[in-house]
Amino acid sequence: MQIQQLSIFVENKSGRLAHITETLAAANVDIRAISVADTSDFGILRLIVDRPQDAVKALREAHLTVSLTSVIAIGIEDQPGAFAKAMRVLADHSIGVEYMYAFISRDEGRAYVILRVEDSEKAEAALKENGISLLSAEEIYGM
Amino acid sequence: MFYQKEIETMDRRSLEALQLERLRRMVDYCYENVPFYHDRLQKAGVTGSKIKSLSDLQYIPFTTKEDIRDNYPFGMLAQPLKKIVRIHASSGTTGKPTVGAYTQGDLDLWADHVARVAMAAGATADDIFQISFGYGLFTGALGLHYGLERIGATVIPASSGNTEKQLMMFRDFGVTGLVATPSYAVYLGEMVRESGYPPEAYRLRIGLLGSEGCTEGMRERIERNLGLFVTDNYGMTELGGPGVAGECEYRCGLHFAEDAFLPEIIDNETLEPKDPGESGELVVTTLLREGMPVLRYRTKDITRLNYEPCRCGRTHARMEKVMGRTDDMLIIKGVNVFPSQIESVLVGTEKVGPHYQLVVRRRHYMDQLEVKVELVSAELLESFGELEALQRRIHDRLKSVLGLEAKVTLVEPKSLERFQGKAKRVLDLRSEDE
Repeated sequence: MQIQQLSIFVENKSGRLAHITETLAAANVDIRAISVADTSDFGILRLIVDRPQDAVKALREAHLTVSLTSVIAIGIEDQPGAFAKAMRVLADHSIGVEYMYAFISRDEGRAYVILRVEDSEKAEAALKENGISLLSAEEIYGM
Repeated sequence: MFYQKEIETMDRRSLEALQLERLRRMVDYCYENVPFYHDRLQKAGVTGSKIKSLSDLQYIPFTTKEDIRDNYPFGMLAQPLKKIVRIHASSGTTGKPTVGAYTQGDLDLWADHVARVAMAAGATADDIFQISFGYGLFTGALGLHYGLERIGATVIPASSGNTEKQLMMFRDFGVTGLVATPSYAVYLGEMVRESGYPPEAYRLRIGLLGSEGCTEGMRERIERNLGLFVTDNYGMTELGGPGVAGECEYRCGLHFAEDAFLPEIIDNETLEPKDPGESGELVVTTLLREGMPVLRYRTKDITRLNYEPCRCGRTHARMEKVMGRTDDMLIIKGVNVFPSQIESVLVGTEKVGPHYQLVVRRRHYMDQLEVKVELVSAELLESFGELEALQRRIHDRLKSVLGLEAKVTLVEPKSLERFQGKAKRVLDLRSEDE
Protein backbone atom coordinates (compact mmCIF):
# COMPACT_ATOMS: atom_id res chain seq x y z
CA MET A 1 0.00 0.00 0.00
CA GLN A 2 1.34 3.36 -0.91
CA ILE A 3 1.66 6.10 1.63
CA GLN A 4 -1.17 8.60 1.46
CA GLN A 5 -0.33 12.22 2.01
CA LEU A 6 -2.83 15.00 2.68
CA SER A 7 -2.51 18.28 0.77
CA ILE A 8 -4.55 21.10 2.24
CA PHE A 9 -5.13 24.53 0.74
CA VAL A 10 -4.39 27.23 3.30
CA GLU A 11 -5.22 30.89 2.96
CA ASN A 12 -2.41 33.15 3.94
CA LYS A 13 -3.97 34.63 7.04
CA SER A 14 -3.32 34.13 10.68
CA GLY A 15 -5.08 31.35 12.53
CA ARG A 16 -5.53 29.01 9.59
CA LEU A 17 -2.89 26.48 10.66
CA ALA A 18 -4.30 26.51 14.17
CA HIS A 19 -7.78 25.85 12.77
CA ILE A 20 -6.59 22.94 10.63
CA THR A 21 -4.52 21.27 13.31
CA GLU A 22 -7.30 21.72 15.88
CA THR A 23 -9.68 20.02 13.47
CA LEU A 24 -7.27 17.09 13.27
CA ALA A 25 -6.83 17.03 17.02
CA ALA A 26 -10.59 16.86 17.49
CA ALA A 27 -10.65 13.83 15.20
CA ASN A 28 -7.82 12.32 17.24
CA VAL A 29 -5.53 12.22 14.24
CA ASP A 30 -1.81 12.01 14.95
CA ILE A 31 0.60 13.83 12.67
CA ARG A 32 3.71 12.02 11.51
CA ALA A 33 5.30 14.56 9.23
CA ILE A 34 4.45 18.05 8.13
CA SER A 35 5.52 20.53 5.50
CA VAL A 36 4.17 23.92 4.40
CA ALA A 37 5.03 25.68 1.22
CA ASP A 38 3.65 29.08 0.44
CA THR A 39 3.40 31.86 -2.07
CA SER A 40 2.47 35.37 -1.05
CA ASP A 41 -1.25 34.55 -1.23
CA PHE A 42 -1.73 31.00 -0.13
CA GLY A 43 0.03 27.91 1.08
CA ILE A 44 -0.25 24.17 0.72
CA LEU A 45 0.07 22.17 3.89
CA ARG A 46 1.26 18.60 3.38
CA LEU A 47 0.76 16.07 6.12
CA ILE A 48 1.47 12.43 6.77
CA VAL A 49 -0.88 11.24 9.51
CA ASP A 50 -1.72 7.95 11.19
CA ARG A 51 -5.26 7.75 9.77
CA PRO A 52 -5.42 9.61 6.45
CA GLN A 53 -9.04 8.72 5.54
CA ASP A 54 -10.38 9.93 8.89
CA ALA A 55 -8.32 13.08 8.58
CA VAL A 56 -9.70 13.85 5.11
CA LYS A 57 -13.25 13.35 6.34
CA ALA A 58 -12.77 15.67 9.30
CA LEU A 59 -11.12 18.35 7.17
CA ARG A 60 -13.78 18.24 4.46
CA GLU A 61 -16.46 18.58 7.08
CA ALA A 62 -14.62 21.71 8.20
CA HIS A 63 -14.94 22.98 4.58
CA LEU A 64 -11.29 22.69 3.73
CA THR A 65 -9.98 21.86 0.29
CA VAL A 66 -7.98 18.69 0.75
CA SER A 67 -6.65 15.95 -1.47
CA LEU A 68 -4.87 12.64 -0.98
CA THR A 69 -1.77 11.78 -2.95
CA SER A 70 0.54 8.82 -3.04
CA VAL A 71 4.07 9.53 -1.94
CA ILE A 72 7.05 7.36 -1.11
CA ALA A 73 9.17 7.39 2.02
CA ILE A 74 12.79 6.33 2.20
CA GLY A 75 14.82 5.58 5.26
CA ILE A 76 18.48 6.55 5.13
CA GLU A 77 21.45 6.72 7.45
CA ASP A 78 21.76 10.09 9.13
CA GLN A 79 25.21 10.75 7.77
CA PRO A 80 26.86 12.82 5.05
CA GLY A 81 26.25 11.54 1.57
CA ALA A 82 23.37 9.17 2.33
CA PHE A 83 20.69 11.42 0.92
CA ALA A 84 22.88 12.39 -1.99
CA LYS A 85 23.13 8.76 -2.93
CA ALA A 86 19.36 8.39 -3.08
CA MET A 87 19.06 11.53 -5.18
CA ARG A 88 21.73 10.26 -7.55
CA VAL A 89 19.72 7.09 -8.11
CA LEU A 90 16.65 9.10 -9.05
CA ALA A 91 18.67 11.42 -11.25
CA ASP A 92 20.28 8.54 -13.09
CA HIS A 93 16.86 7.12 -13.79
CA SER A 94 15.58 10.50 -14.92
CA ILE A 95 12.93 10.58 -12.21
CA GLY A 96 11.93 14.11 -11.29
CA VAL A 97 11.14 15.09 -7.70
CA GLU A 98 8.16 17.38 -7.37
CA TYR A 99 8.70 18.11 -3.70
CA MET A 100 9.98 16.46 -0.57
CA TYR A 101 10.47 16.92 3.12
CA ALA A 102 12.49 15.07 5.74
CA PHE A 103 12.27 14.18 9.37
CA ILE A 104 14.55 12.44 11.83
CA SER A 105 13.56 9.08 13.20
CA ARG A 106 13.20 8.13 16.82
CA ASP A 107 15.63 5.32 15.99
CA GLU A 108 19.01 6.84 16.42
CA GLY A 109 21.00 7.41 13.30
CA ARG A 110 18.08 7.19 10.87
CA ALA A 111 16.35 9.84 8.85
CA TYR A 112 13.26 9.64 6.67
CA VAL A 113 12.46 11.51 3.53
CA ILE A 114 9.00 11.82 2.03
CA LEU A 115 9.20 12.17 -1.72
CA ARG A 116 6.64 13.04 -4.31
CA VAL A 117 7.96 11.87 -7.65
CA GLU A 118 6.57 11.72 -11.14
CA ASP A 119 6.48 7.92 -11.22
CA SER A 120 6.29 6.29 -7.80
CA GLU A 121 6.61 2.69 -8.99
CA LYS A 122 9.61 3.37 -11.14
CA ALA A 123 11.24 5.30 -8.31
CA GLU A 124 10.57 2.54 -5.79
CA ALA A 125 12.08 -0.08 -8.06
CA ALA A 126 15.17 1.99 -8.76
CA LEU A 127 15.74 2.84 -5.10
CA LYS A 128 15.28 -0.77 -3.98
CA GLU A 129 17.69 -1.99 -6.63
CA ASN A 130 20.31 0.34 -5.20
CA GLY A 131 19.84 -0.78 -1.64
CA ILE A 132 17.87 2.15 -0.34
CA SER A 133 15.17 1.12 2.09
CA LEU A 134 11.59 2.11 1.52
CA LEU A 135 9.01 2.42 4.23
CA SER A 136 5.58 0.90 3.94
CA ALA A 137 2.44 2.82 4.74
CA GLU A 138 1.92 0.74 7.87
CA GLU A 139 5.39 1.54 9.11
CA ILE A 140 4.88 5.27 8.66
CA TYR A 141 1.35 5.39 10.02
CA GLY A 142 2.29 3.29 13.04
CA MET A 143 5.40 5.18 13.98
CA MET B 1 -15.08 82.59 -20.03
CA PHE B 2 -17.75 81.42 -22.40
CA TYR B 3 -17.67 79.52 -25.63
CA GLN B 4 -21.30 80.19 -26.53
CA LYS B 5 -22.24 82.93 -24.13
CA GLU B 6 -25.64 83.60 -25.67
CA ILE B 7 -26.79 80.04 -25.11
CA GLU B 8 -24.99 79.50 -21.83
CA THR B 9 -26.47 82.57 -20.18
CA MET B 10 -29.88 82.49 -21.87
CA ASP B 11 -32.71 83.45 -19.52
CA ARG B 12 -34.59 80.43 -18.17
CA ARG B 13 -37.84 81.27 -19.89
CA SER B 14 -36.24 81.37 -23.34
CA LEU B 15 -34.18 78.30 -22.54
CA GLU B 16 -37.26 76.34 -21.51
CA ALA B 17 -39.10 77.44 -24.64
CA LEU B 18 -36.16 76.22 -26.69
CA GLN B 19 -36.10 72.92 -24.81
CA LEU B 20 -39.83 72.39 -25.35
CA GLU B 21 -39.58 73.05 -29.05
CA ARG B 22 -36.60 70.72 -29.37
CA LEU B 23 -38.21 68.03 -27.23
CA ARG B 24 -41.29 67.96 -29.42
CA ARG B 25 -39.16 67.68 -32.51
CA MET B 26 -36.99 64.98 -30.93
CA VAL B 27 -39.99 62.86 -29.98
CA ASP B 28 -41.28 62.92 -33.55
CA TYR B 29 -37.78 62.32 -34.90
CA CYS B 30 -37.41 59.21 -32.74
CA TYR B 31 -40.88 58.00 -33.65
CA GLU B 32 -40.14 58.30 -37.32
CA ASN B 33 -36.59 56.99 -37.40
CA VAL B 34 -36.06 54.44 -34.63
CA PRO B 35 -38.34 51.36 -34.71
CA PHE B 36 -37.70 50.82 -30.99
CA TYR B 37 -39.05 54.29 -30.18
CA HIS B 38 -41.80 54.02 -32.76
CA ASP B 39 -43.24 51.08 -30.81
CA ARG B 40 -42.66 52.58 -27.40
CA LEU B 41 -44.16 55.95 -28.24
CA GLN B 42 -47.08 54.41 -30.05
CA LYS B 43 -47.89 52.28 -27.02
CA ALA B 44 -47.61 55.29 -24.75
CA GLY B 45 -49.68 57.38 -27.14
CA VAL B 46 -47.13 60.19 -27.16
CA THR B 47 -46.39 62.39 -30.14
CA GLY B 48 -44.53 65.67 -30.34
CA SER B 49 -47.72 67.67 -30.73
CA LYS B 50 -49.16 66.18 -27.55
CA ILE B 51 -46.32 67.60 -25.51
CA LYS B 52 -47.58 70.95 -24.30
CA SER B 53 -45.07 71.68 -21.58
CA LEU B 54 -41.81 70.32 -20.27
CA SER B 55 -43.66 68.55 -17.47
CA ASP B 56 -45.30 66.35 -20.14
CA LEU B 57 -41.90 64.72 -20.33
CA GLN B 58 -43.18 62.30 -17.73
CA TYR B 59 -45.47 60.63 -20.29
CA ILE B 60 -42.53 59.56 -22.42
CA PRO B 61 -41.33 56.02 -21.63
CA PHE B 62 -37.87 55.60 -20.13
CA THR B 63 -34.91 54.16 -21.97
CA THR B 64 -32.55 51.90 -20.03
CA LYS B 65 -29.11 50.50 -20.55
CA GLU B 66 -30.79 47.14 -21.14
CA ASP B 67 -32.81 48.62 -24.00
CA ILE B 68 -29.61 49.82 -25.61
CA ARG B 69 -27.97 46.46 -25.03
CA ASP B 70 -30.96 44.58 -26.46
CA ASN B 71 -30.66 46.66 -29.59
CA TYR B 72 -26.92 46.10 -29.97
CA PRO B 73 -25.23 47.16 -32.10
CA PHE B 74 -27.23 49.46 -34.35
CA GLY B 75 -30.88 49.06 -33.34
CA MET B 76 -31.02 52.46 -31.64
CA LEU B 77 -29.69 54.37 -34.62
CA ALA B 78 -31.91 57.00 -36.16
CA GLN B 79 -29.81 57.33 -39.28
CA PRO B 80 -28.49 54.81 -41.79
CA LEU B 81 -24.84 53.87 -41.36
CA LYS B 82 -24.08 55.85 -44.47
CA LYS B 83 -24.75 58.98 -42.41
CA ILE B 84 -22.80 57.74 -39.42
CA VAL B 85 -19.21 58.94 -39.41
CA ARG B 86 -17.97 57.70 -36.05
CA ILE B 87 -18.63 54.87 -33.63
CA HIS B 88 -17.53 54.81 -30.00
CA ALA B 89 -18.25 52.19 -27.37
CA SER B 90 -17.85 51.50 -23.71
CA SER B 91 -17.59 48.26 -21.81
CA GLY B 92 -20.87 46.48 -21.23
CA THR B 93 -22.31 44.03 -18.78
CA THR B 94 -22.28 40.93 -20.89
CA GLY B 95 -19.15 41.55 -22.85
CA LYS B 96 -21.18 43.44 -25.45
CA PRO B 97 -20.20 47.08 -25.41
CA THR B 98 -22.58 50.03 -25.36
CA VAL B 99 -22.32 51.64 -28.76
CA GLY B 100 -22.52 55.33 -29.59
CA ALA B 101 -22.95 56.41 -33.20
CA TYR B 102 -22.39 59.94 -34.47
CA THR B 103 -23.33 61.83 -37.59
CA GLN B 104 -21.11 64.68 -38.72
CA GLY B 105 -23.63 67.03 -37.10
CA ASP B 106 -23.32 65.12 -33.81
CA LEU B 107 -19.54 65.45 -33.88
CA ASP B 108 -19.81 69.19 -34.46
CA LEU B 109 -22.20 69.65 -31.55
CA TRP B 110 -20.14 67.38 -29.37
CA ALA B 111 -17.07 69.51 -29.95
CA ASP B 112 -19.13 72.60 -29.08
CA HIS B 113 -20.31 71.09 -25.81
CA VAL B 114 -16.83 70.04 -24.80
CA ALA B 115 -15.57 73.47 -25.82
CA ARG B 116 -18.03 75.01 -23.35
CA VAL B 117 -16.76 72.77 -20.56
CA ALA B 118 -13.17 73.63 -21.41
CA MET B 119 -13.75 77.36 -21.48
CA ALA B 120 -15.85 77.25 -18.32
CA ALA B 121 -12.78 75.73 -16.69
CA GLY B 122 -10.67 78.61 -17.97
CA ALA B 123 -9.06 77.09 -21.06
CA THR B 124 -8.18 79.40 -23.95
CA ALA B 125 -6.71 79.23 -27.43
CA ASP B 126 -3.30 79.87 -25.86
CA ASP B 127 -3.36 76.63 -23.89
CA ILE B 128 -1.43 73.53 -24.79
CA PHE B 129 -3.38 70.48 -23.68
CA GLN B 130 -1.93 67.04 -23.20
CA ILE B 131 -4.60 64.36 -23.42
CA SER B 132 -3.50 61.52 -21.20
CA PHE B 133 -6.71 59.53 -21.44
CA GLY B 134 -6.38 56.28 -23.32
CA TYR B 135 -7.52 56.80 -26.91
CA GLY B 136 -9.57 54.14 -28.67
CA LEU B 137 -13.26 53.37 -28.42
CA PHE B 138 -13.56 55.32 -25.19
CA THR B 139 -15.35 58.65 -25.75
CA GLY B 140 -13.20 60.63 -23.29
CA ALA B 141 -10.02 61.12 -25.27
CA LEU B 142 -11.46 62.01 -28.67
CA GLY B 143 -14.27 64.01 -27.08
CA LEU B 144 -11.84 66.30 -25.26
CA HIS B 145 -9.52 66.24 -28.24
CA TYR B 146 -12.00 67.80 -30.67
CA GLY B 147 -13.53 70.09 -28.05
CA LEU B 148 -10.15 71.59 -27.20
CA GLU B 149 -9.22 71.97 -30.84
CA ARG B 150 -12.54 73.73 -31.28
CA ILE B 151 -11.50 76.52 -28.90
CA GLY B 152 -8.17 76.79 -30.69
CA ALA B 153 -6.06 75.17 -28.00
CA THR B 154 -3.08 73.07 -29.03
CA VAL B 155 -3.79 69.40 -28.50
CA ILE B 156 -1.20 66.69 -27.81
CA PRO B 157 -2.79 63.26 -28.14
CA ALA B 158 -0.42 61.63 -25.66
CA SER B 159 -2.78 58.83 -24.58
CA SER B 160 -2.11 57.17 -21.23
CA GLY B 161 1.01 55.39 -20.03
CA ASN B 162 4.73 55.96 -20.53
CA THR B 163 4.89 58.44 -17.69
CA GLU B 164 8.50 59.51 -18.33
CA LYS B 165 7.51 60.63 -21.78
CA GLN B 166 4.40 62.37 -20.46
CA LEU B 167 6.63 64.42 -18.16
CA MET B 168 9.10 65.12 -20.93
CA MET B 169 6.31 66.52 -23.10
CA PHE B 170 5.00 68.61 -20.19
CA ARG B 171 8.41 70.28 -20.03
CA ASP B 172 9.51 70.36 -23.65
CA PHE B 173 6.18 71.41 -25.16
CA GLY B 174 5.31 73.84 -22.36
CA VAL B 175 2.06 72.01 -21.63
CA THR B 176 -0.47 74.14 -19.72
CA GLY B 177 -3.48 71.82 -19.60
CA LEU B 178 -3.94 68.20 -18.66
CA VAL B 179 -6.77 65.81 -19.50
CA ALA B 180 -6.58 62.60 -17.47
CA THR B 181 -8.39 60.44 -14.96
CA PRO B 182 -7.95 61.76 -11.42
CA SER B 183 -5.97 58.70 -10.40
CA TYR B 184 -3.56 59.07 -13.29
CA ALA B 185 -3.23 62.78 -12.53
CA VAL B 186 -2.26 61.93 -8.97
CA TYR B 187 0.35 59.56 -10.24
CA LEU B 188 1.69 62.11 -12.72
CA GLY B 189 1.84 64.59 -9.85
CA GLU B 190 3.99 62.27 -7.77
CA MET B 191 6.27 61.69 -10.73
CA VAL B 192 6.59 65.41 -11.37
CA ARG B 193 7.69 65.93 -7.80
CA GLU B 194 10.24 63.18 -8.10
CA SER B 195 11.42 64.24 -11.54
CA GLY B 196 14.19 66.40 -10.11
CA TYR B 197 13.22 69.38 -12.27
CA PRO B 198 12.44 72.71 -10.61
CA PRO B 199 8.73 73.60 -10.44
CA GLU B 200 9.20 76.28 -13.09
CA ALA B 201 10.11 73.57 -15.62
CA TYR B 202 6.38 72.80 -15.64
CA ARG B 203 3.80 75.29 -16.83
CA LEU B 204 0.62 73.33 -16.09
CA ARG B 205 -2.34 75.42 -15.00
CA ILE B 206 -5.62 73.66 -15.91
CA GLY B 207 -6.72 70.09 -15.32
CA LEU B 208 -9.86 68.74 -17.00
CA LEU B 209 -10.21 65.50 -15.12
CA GLY B 210 -12.97 63.00 -15.54
CA SER B 211 -14.30 59.51 -16.20
CA GLU B 212 -14.05 58.45 -12.58
CA GLY B 213 -14.74 59.85 -9.13
CA CYS B 214 -12.34 62.25 -7.47
CA THR B 215 -12.36 62.93 -3.75
CA GLU B 216 -11.57 66.38 -2.37
CA GLY B 217 -8.32 64.99 -0.98
CA MET B 218 -7.25 63.76 -4.41
CA ARG B 219 -8.18 67.04 -6.02
CA GLU B 220 -6.09 68.99 -3.52
CA ARG B 221 -3.16 66.69 -3.98
CA ILE B 222 -3.31 66.93 -7.76
CA GLU B 223 -3.53 70.70 -7.60
CA ARG B 224 -0.60 70.93 -5.20
CA ASN B 225 1.72 68.57 -7.05
CA LEU B 226 0.94 69.68 -10.58
CA GLY B 227 0.14 73.34 -9.93
CA LEU B 228 -3.22 72.91 -11.67
CA PHE B 229 -6.74 74.22 -11.25
CA VAL B 230 -8.87 71.09 -11.51
CA THR B 231 -12.46 70.91 -12.75
CA ASP B 232 -14.77 67.94 -13.10
CA ASN B 233 -16.95 67.12 -16.07
CA TYR B 234 -19.66 64.61 -16.82
CA GLY B 235 -20.80 62.45 -19.69
CA MET B 236 -21.34 58.88 -20.78
CA THR B 237 -21.29 56.92 -24.00
CA GLU B 238 -25.09 56.65 -24.11
CA LEU B 239 -25.27 60.46 -24.16
CA GLY B 240 -22.40 60.89 -26.56
CA GLY B 241 -19.53 61.18 -24.08
CA PRO B 242 -18.06 64.16 -22.20
CA GLY B 243 -19.56 67.60 -22.65
CA VAL B 244 -22.92 66.85 -21.02
CA ALA B 245 -21.98 68.90 -17.96
CA GLY B 246 -18.91 70.55 -16.49
CA GLU B 247 -17.75 72.79 -13.68
CA CYS B 248 -17.04 76.48 -14.08
CA GLU B 249 -14.33 78.37 -12.20
CA TYR B 250 -16.55 78.54 -9.09
CA ARG B 251 -16.81 74.77 -8.90
CA CYS B 252 -20.27 74.78 -7.38
CA GLY B 253 -21.85 72.07 -9.49
CA LEU B 254 -21.56 70.91 -13.08
CA HIS B 255 -23.40 73.09 -15.59
CA PHE B 256 -25.63 70.95 -17.76
CA ALA B 257 -25.68 71.74 -21.47
CA GLU B 258 -29.42 72.10 -21.09
CA ASP B 259 -30.09 73.26 -24.62
CA ALA B 260 -28.93 69.84 -25.82
CA PHE B 261 -29.51 67.53 -22.85
CA LEU B 262 -32.73 67.78 -20.89
CA PRO B 263 -32.17 66.55 -17.34
CA GLU B 264 -34.70 65.33 -14.78
CA ILE B 265 -34.46 63.71 -11.40
CA ILE B 266 -36.67 60.73 -10.63
CA ASP B 267 -37.27 58.41 -7.75
CA ASN B 268 -35.60 55.25 -8.94
CA GLU B 269 -38.11 53.04 -7.10
CA THR B 270 -41.43 54.67 -8.02
CA LEU B 271 -40.07 56.25 -11.24
CA GLU B 272 -42.01 59.40 -10.37
CA PRO B 273 -40.40 62.75 -11.15
CA LYS B 274 -38.80 64.38 -8.14
CA ASP B 275 -38.28 67.96 -7.24
CA PRO B 276 -34.96 68.84 -8.89
CA GLY B 277 -33.47 69.91 -5.57
CA GLU B 278 -34.05 66.44 -4.18
CA SER B 279 -31.53 63.75 -4.85
CA GLY B 280 -32.53 60.92 -7.11
CA GLU B 281 -31.67 59.22 -10.35
CA LEU B 282 -30.62 61.47 -13.20
CA VAL B 283 -32.61 60.93 -16.39
CA VAL B 284 -31.54 62.64 -19.59
CA THR B 285 -33.19 63.23 -22.94
CA THR B 286 -30.96 64.24 -25.82
CA LEU B 287 -32.51 67.16 -27.66
CA LEU B 288 -30.21 67.37 -30.66
CA ARG B 289 -28.49 64.06 -31.30
CA GLU B 290 -29.14 62.70 -34.76
CA GLY B 291 -27.23 59.42 -34.91
CA MET B 292 -28.35 57.88 -31.68
CA PRO B 293 -30.88 59.97 -29.77
CA VAL B 294 -32.18 58.74 -26.42
CA LEU B 295 -35.41 59.70 -24.71
CA ARG B 296 -35.44 59.77 -20.93
CA TYR B 297 -32.33 57.71 -20.53
CA ARG B 298 -31.93 56.40 -16.99
CA THR B 299 -28.31 57.09 -16.10
CA LYS B 300 -28.49 55.26 -12.76
CA ASP B 301 -26.37 58.07 -11.35
CA ILE B 302 -27.68 59.66 -8.16
CA THR B 303 -27.42 63.42 -8.00
CA ARG B 304 -29.57 66.56 -7.74
CA LEU B 305 -30.01 69.69 -9.81
CA ASN B 306 -29.79 73.31 -8.84
CA TYR B 307 -31.57 75.83 -11.11
CA GLU B 308 -30.35 78.94 -9.30
CA PRO B 309 -28.23 81.10 -11.60
CA CYS B 310 -24.53 80.72 -10.96
CA ARG B 311 -22.10 83.50 -10.06
CA CYS B 312 -20.37 82.83 -13.36
CA GLY B 313 -23.47 84.03 -15.22
CA ARG B 314 -24.53 80.65 -16.59
CA THR B 315 -28.23 79.92 -16.29
CA HIS B 316 -28.09 76.24 -17.12
CA ALA B 317 -28.85 73.89 -14.23
CA ARG B 318 -26.00 72.74 -12.08
CA MET B 319 -25.70 69.08 -11.29
CA GLU B 320 -24.08 68.05 -8.05
CA LYS B 321 -21.14 65.67 -8.27
CA VAL B 322 -22.54 62.16 -8.68
CA MET B 323 -23.24 60.80 -5.21
CA GLY B 324 -23.72 57.16 -6.07
CA ARG B 325 -25.37 54.63 -8.31
CA THR B 326 -28.71 52.88 -8.27
CA ASP B 327 -27.10 49.70 -9.55
CA ASP B 328 -23.95 47.92 -8.52
CA MET B 329 -21.74 49.39 -11.22
CA LEU B 330 -18.27 50.32 -10.06
CA ILE B 331 -15.94 52.68 -11.78
CA ILE B 332 -12.41 51.42 -11.40
CA LYS B 333 -9.60 53.31 -13.09
CA GLY B 334 -12.23 54.92 -15.27
CA VAL B 335 -13.56 51.54 -16.43
CA ASN B 336 -17.18 50.57 -15.81
CA VAL B 337 -17.25 47.30 -13.95
CA PHE B 338 -20.34 45.29 -13.14
CA PRO B 339 -19.98 42.48 -10.62
CA SER B 340 -22.06 40.35 -13.01
CA GLN B 341 -19.19 40.47 -15.51
CA ILE B 342 -16.87 39.01 -12.94
CA GLU B 343 -19.43 36.42 -12.02
CA SER B 344 -19.69 35.31 -15.63
CA VAL B 345 -15.94 34.74 -15.77
CA LEU B 346 -15.95 32.73 -12.55
CA VAL B 347 -18.95 30.61 -13.48
CA GLY B 348 -17.12 29.69 -16.64
CA THR B 349 -13.97 28.69 -14.79
CA GLU B 350 -13.52 25.16 -13.48
CA LYS B 351 -12.16 24.41 -10.05
CA VAL B 352 -13.36 27.61 -8.44
CA GLY B 353 -16.75 28.37 -6.95
CA PRO B 354 -19.26 30.95 -8.14
CA HIS B 355 -19.02 32.96 -4.93
CA TYR B 356 -16.74 35.92 -4.94
CA GLN B 357 -15.91 39.13 -3.22
CA LEU B 358 -14.59 42.24 -4.89
CA VAL B 359 -12.34 44.49 -2.89
CA VAL B 360 -11.54 47.88 -4.35
CA ARG B 361 -8.75 49.83 -2.73
CA ARG B 362 -6.82 52.93 -3.51
CA ARG B 363 -3.08 52.54 -3.27
CA HIS B 364 -0.92 55.52 -4.04
CA TYR B 365 -4.11 57.08 -5.42
CA MET B 366 -4.52 54.31 -7.97
CA ASP B 367 -7.55 52.07 -7.88
CA GLN B 368 -6.84 48.42 -7.33
CA LEU B 369 -9.28 45.59 -7.76
CA GLU B 370 -8.92 42.33 -5.92
CA VAL B 371 -11.17 39.41 -6.77
CA LYS B 372 -11.44 36.78 -4.07
CA VAL B 373 -12.66 33.43 -5.23
CA GLU B 374 -13.06 30.09 -3.52
CA LEU B 375 -10.92 27.17 -4.58
CA VAL B 376 -13.33 24.24 -4.48
CA SER B 377 -11.42 21.55 -6.29
CA ALA B 378 -8.55 19.80 -4.56
CA GLU B 379 -7.16 18.53 -7.85
CA LEU B 380 -4.51 21.16 -8.18
CA LEU B 381 -3.04 20.89 -4.71
CA GLU B 382 -0.14 18.79 -5.89
CA SER B 383 1.43 21.65 -7.65
CA PHE B 384 1.88 25.32 -6.95
CA GLY B 385 2.50 25.82 -10.60
CA GLU B 386 -1.01 24.67 -11.46
CA LEU B 387 -2.63 26.78 -8.78
CA GLU B 388 -0.76 29.79 -10.00
CA ALA B 389 -1.71 28.94 -13.55
CA LEU B 390 -5.35 28.89 -12.43
CA GLN B 391 -4.93 32.33 -10.86
CA ARG B 392 -3.32 33.56 -14.03
CA ARG B 393 -6.07 32.10 -16.19
CA ILE B 394 -8.75 33.90 -14.15
CA HIS B 395 -6.68 37.08 -14.21
CA ASP B 396 -6.33 36.92 -17.99
CA ARG B 397 -10.03 36.27 -18.56
CA LEU B 398 -10.99 39.12 -16.26
CA LYS B 399 -8.59 41.33 -18.14
CA SER B 400 -10.16 40.49 -21.47
CA VAL B 401 -13.71 40.93 -20.17
CA LEU B 402 -13.17 44.00 -18.00
CA GLY B 403 -10.13 45.53 -19.62
CA LEU B 404 -8.62 45.81 -16.16
CA GLU B 405 -5.82 44.23 -14.19
CA ALA B 406 -7.26 42.50 -11.16
CA LYS B 407 -5.44 40.66 -8.45
CA VAL B 408 -6.95 37.21 -8.09
CA THR B 409 -6.84 35.67 -4.64
CA LEU B 410 -7.80 32.07 -4.02
CA VAL B 411 -9.52 31.52 -0.70
CA GLU B 412 -10.83 28.48 1.13
CA PRO B 413 -14.25 27.13 0.22
CA LYS B 414 -17.20 28.51 2.19
CA SER B 415 -14.96 31.23 3.56
CA LEU B 416 -16.70 34.03 1.67
CA GLU B 417 -19.89 35.33 3.15
CA ARG B 418 -23.11 33.94 1.64
CA PHE B 419 -25.88 36.39 1.01
CA GLN B 420 -29.60 36.05 0.93
CA GLY B 421 -31.32 38.38 -1.45
CA LYS B 422 -29.20 41.19 -2.78
CA ALA B 423 -25.61 40.23 -2.36
CA LYS B 424 -23.13 42.72 -1.00
CA ARG B 425 -20.19 41.30 -2.78
CA VAL B 426 -18.35 44.53 -3.15
CA LEU B 427 -16.09 46.00 -0.54
CA ASP B 428 -15.17 49.48 -1.70
CA LEU B 429 -12.47 50.87 0.55
CA ARG B 430 -11.49 53.76 -1.68
CA SER B 431 -12.87 56.45 0.57
CA GLU B 432 -10.74 55.22 3.45
CA ASP B 433 -7.33 56.61 4.20
CA GLU B 434 -4.46 54.63 2.81
